[in-house]
Amino acid sequence: MSVLMLLAVIGALALAAFVLARHRALASAGGNPRDLHSLPNYYGWNGAIWVLLPAMAGLVLWLVVQPMVVESRISGTLPAELVTDAAARALTMADVRRVAGGLDTAVAAGALSADGSGQIDSQTTDIRAVLAGVGVALGDEVSPEVLAAAQDYRAMTAWGAAARSALVLALALAGLFRGVSRGHKEFRARNEVEKVVLGLLVAASSIAILTTLGIVGSMITETADFFTKYPLKDFFFSLTWSPNFKGNSDLGMIPLLWGTLYVTLVALIVCVPVGLFTAIYLAEYASRATRSWVKPLIEVIAGIPTVVFGIFALVTVGPFLRDWFAAPMGLGDSGSSVMTAGLVIGILNIPFISSLSDDIINAVPQSLRDGSYGLGATKSETVRQVILPAALPGIVGAVLMAASRAIGETMVVVMGAGAAAQLSLNPFDAMTTMTVKIVGQLTGDTDFAAPETLVAFALGMTLFLITLGLNVFALYIVRKYREQYE
Amino acid sequence: MTDLSAQPGPALVSPAQSIYVTSPAMKRRNAAETRFRAYGLVAIALSLTMLALMLVTIFRDGTSSFFQARLGYPVELSEKVLDPKGNRNRDEMAKVTTVGYGKVLAAGLMAELERQKIDLGGLKPKEVAELISKDAAGSLRAMVLADPALIGSTIDASVFAAGRIDGYLKGRVTLESAKLDSNISPEQLHLADRMRAAGLLGSGWNWEFFTNPDASDQRPEAAGLGVALLGSLYLMILVAVMCVPVGVAASIYLEEFAPKNTLTDAIEVNVSNLAAVPSIVYGILGLSIFINVLGLPQSSSLVGALVISLMTLPTIIIATRASIRAVPPSIRDAALGVGASKMQTVFHHVLPLAMPGILTGTILGLAAGLGQSAPLLLIGMVAFVDNHPSVPVEGFLDPATALPVQIYTWVTRSDPAFVERSNGAIIVLLAFLVTMNLLAILLRRKFERRW
Repeated sequence: MSVLMLLAVIGALALAAFVLARHRALASAGGNPRDLHSLPNYYGWNGAIWVLLPAMAGLVLWLVVQPMVVESRISGTLPAELVTDAAARALTMADVRRVAGGLDTAVAAGALSADGSGQIDSQTTDIRAVLAGVGVALGDEVSPEVLAAAQDYRAMTAWGAAARSALVLALALAGLFRGVSRGHKEFRARNEVEKVVLGLLVAASSIAILTTLGIVGSMITETADFFTKYPLKDFFFSLTWSPNFKGNSDLGMIPLLWGTLYVTLVALIVCVPVGLFTAIYLAEYASRATRSWVKPLIEVIAGIPTVVFGIFALVTVGPFLRDWFAAPMGLGDSGSSVMTAGLVIGILNIPFISSLSDDIINAVPQSLRDGSYGLGATKSETVRQVILPAALPGIVGAVLMAASRAIGETMVVVMGAGAAAQLSLNPFDAMTTMTVKIVGQLTGDTDFAAPETLVAFALGMTLFLITLGLNVFALYIVRKYREQYE
Repeated sequence: MTDLSAQPGPALVSPAQSIYVTSPAMKRRNAAETRFRAYGLVAIALSLTMLALMLVTIFRDGTSSFFQARLGYPVELSEKVLDPKGNRNRDEMAKVTTVGYGKVLAAGLMAELERQKIDLGGLKPKEVAELISKDAAGSLRAMVLADPALIGSTIDASVFAAGRIDGYLKGRVTLESAKLDSNISPEQLHLADRMRAAGLLGSGWNWEFFTNPDASDQRPEAAGLGVALLGSLYLMILVAVMCVPVGVAASIYLEEFAPKNTLTDAIEVNVSNLAAVPSIVYGILGLSIFINVLGLPQSSSLVGALVISLMTLPTIIIATRASIRAVPPSIRDAALGVGASKMQTVFHHVLPLAMPGILTGTILGLAAGLGQSAPLLLIGMVAFVDNHPSVPVEGFLDPATALPVQIYTWVTRSDPAFVERSNGAIIVLLAFLVTMNLLAILLRRKFERRW
C-alpha cells in the first residue's frame, strides 16, 4: 500500500471515528445534547484524534527509520572489497539503490515480471540493457554482488512497506476503537481535545527553536569536520584564498572578510545618509499628502527581489561605473567591483534605514520638539540638536541591522562584486565576499569530504555569528533606548 | 506689587535691529534650514530616481522578450526522409533524428524562396538554413511523431527564426555587429530583410516564452519560463500549506497561551533572530539537513519549499502576532464571561477577527518568499531543467527551478539574447509581486477595523 493510499485510509477512518464517537456519545445521553459534558462535536473530534495521532506518528517514524535500518543492514552484507572506505561504500550503496529502483521501474513498466525480476541473473541477462529500456541509465555493468544486494534491498523494502501498512492500520484501528469506546456522556471530551490542540500549538512554536538548532547543529558538525581536514589557524589568519579541487588549497578567509566588509562599508556610506535624510524629511517636513505617496514608493524598493538588484548591478551600474569613473581615472577596467556591489546594496537598504529611522523619529515625544521651538530654534536645529540625539540609539540600531543585511546579501555580490579574492584598497577592483564563495563552493558537483566544499560551512558559520552578533547588539541598543521615554 | 509693564525697562531689541530686518546670524540660520531641507529632498529624489532607473531599464530591455521573430512558410513533409519504410510505424519513424527534420525545414524554405523569387544574395543553402532556429527541427519532429498522418502533406509551418535574426528585428544585432559575429553574416541579415518584405519573416506574440522550458546556450530563442513558473507555483503552494498553519499556530500559542518561562523566552528571542539570519544560511541548512541527512531529492520544489518556509515563518509569526494583539481584550472577556473556554475564545472569536491581518501578513510573506533566490541556488534549483515537473504529488519531488533563479541563470549566460529573456522574466516576476501586494492592500482596506 503506498503512503498516499495509507493517508487516505487513515483519513477515512478518522472520519468514521468522528461520526461514530459523536453518535455514541449522543446515544449515551439519550439523544439530548444537554446531558453531555461537552458539545457533541468534541466527542467526534476526540475519536478522530485517537485515529490520527498514533497512526500518523507511527507512519512518520517508520518512514524515517526504515531507510536507515535497510541501508545499514545491506551495507553490512556487502563484500569487503566493495566498501574499502566511506566514499566507496556510499558509491556502492548508490549503485545498489539505483539497480533496485530500476528493477522496480522495470516491473512497473511491464518489461519484467514480478517473479522474473527476483530471479534475474547478471550472468545470463544484460540488466543494464533491460533497465535502459525502461529509462533507467546505469553507469557500469552490474556486478553479481551489487545485484544480490539490490535484490535484498528490494525484498527488505517491500517487507518494510507491508509491515508499515500493517502497523499503521493496526494503530489506526486501535485508536478508532479506543476513541469511540470513550464516547460517553460523562467523558470530558472538550478538555481532552483542547489538551491535544494546545500540544500542537506548542509543537508549532518549537519549530522556531528547532530551526535555530538545525542551523547551528548542521553548521557546527560540518565546520568541525572541516577543521579536522584544514588547520583552524590557516583558515582565520591566512591571507590567500585559492581553492584547488585537486587538493593543497589555501583557504584563508581574510580576503573574503575584507571584501565583505569593504562592500558593507560602501553600502553604508550610500544608505545611511540617504535613508536618514529621507526619514527626517518625511517625518519632519513633508506634508501629509507627500508622505502618503512618497513613503510607499520608497518601500517598493524593499519589495523588489534582490536578484533584480543583482541584474541592475551587472547590466547597468557596473558598466556605467567602469566607463565613466574607473576607466577615465585609471582605476581599473572591471565592471564588477566593490563599488558596484556596495552602491547597489546601499540602494536596496535605503528603505530599511528610512522606515526604521522614521519610526524612531516619530517616537521622540512632541514635547521635546515644542520645547526646542519655544526657545527659538529652527526646524533643522531642532532636528540636529534635539531629535537626532534623542533618537540616536535607535538609529545606531537601524544602521547595525542594515550592516548585518549588507554582510549577508548574496545575489547582488554574486553578480556585482566579482570572484577574485584579493586584498586591495581600490574600490573599483573586483573583489569577492564570503557569501559569493559559499555559493561558489556549494553549487555544482560537490564532494562533501573535501575541505574545499566544507569550507563553505565554516564561512557560513562565521557569517551567521557575525550577523547574529550585530543583530543582538542592535536589539540591545534599541531596547535600552525604548526605556527612556516610557 | 508693582506693575512691571508701567516701568520703562531696557528694550530687548534696539530700534537699530528691528525684528523685521533679518540679522546676519538669522540669515545664516535660515540658509542652513533651507540647505537641510534640500538635503532631504535630494535624498528622496535620489532613491526614487534609482528605483525609476531600474524599472525603466528592465522594461526597456525586457518587453521585447514577449515578442519573437518567426518564419512562416509551407513545408512539405516528405515521406522519403521522415518515414523511409512508409508504414507510419511510430517506433521506426522515431529513428529519424532532428537532423532529418532540419533538412525538411531547410528544403521547404529554399523552395519558398525560389517560388517567391527572392534573391539569395549569394548565400549557400546551408547558410540560408541557419536562419531557422535550431529548436524548430525538434518541435516539428515532436509534432509529426504525435500525428503521423501529417506525413506526405504540406503544412504551413510557423517556426522560430534563429536568435540572431530575432535580435536583428529587435535592434540588438546590427550589420556592424554581424561582421564580427561567427554565428551570422551581414548577407544573412540582408536576406532576412528581403524575407521580411516578402512576408516570410515576422514578429509576433510569444506564448512559448511562458510555456517552454529552458533551452541550451545555442537556442536562446526557444528558452521559456515554463519550468520556472511551474516550479514557483509548486513552491508557493507548498510554502502556503506548510508555513501558514505552523506560523499561525505558533503565534496563537505565543500570544494567548504561553506562560512566562524560559522556553517561551527562548522561542521569542529565536523568532526575532531568525528573521535576521541571512538567506544564504537557510540554503546551507537546507543542503545539509534536507538533502544530505534526510536524503530528499536535490533541485526538487519540496526542498526549496521547506527552506523558504523556514525563512518565511518568522515574518508570518510577527505579522500574525501583531494582528492577534490588535483584537481588544474586551472580546476575550466577553467570550470568557459567557462561559467559553480559553481555547473556544481564541478559535471562535479572536482568530476570526484577526483573520484579515493574518491574511495580509501571509500574502506579503509569500511574496517575499517568491522573490528568494540565494538559498535555492545552494539546494540545486539552479540546475538546467528541460522537463516540466509532473503533476503533484510526485511533481513536488521532480527537479524544477524557480522564477528568480531562472532570471539569474539566464543573465549569467554569454549570449545577450538571454539578458533580454532575463529582463522579460523579471517583468513576469514583478507582475506577480505587484498583484500579491495589491491584493494584500485591498484586503487590508476592505477588512481593516478600528476598535
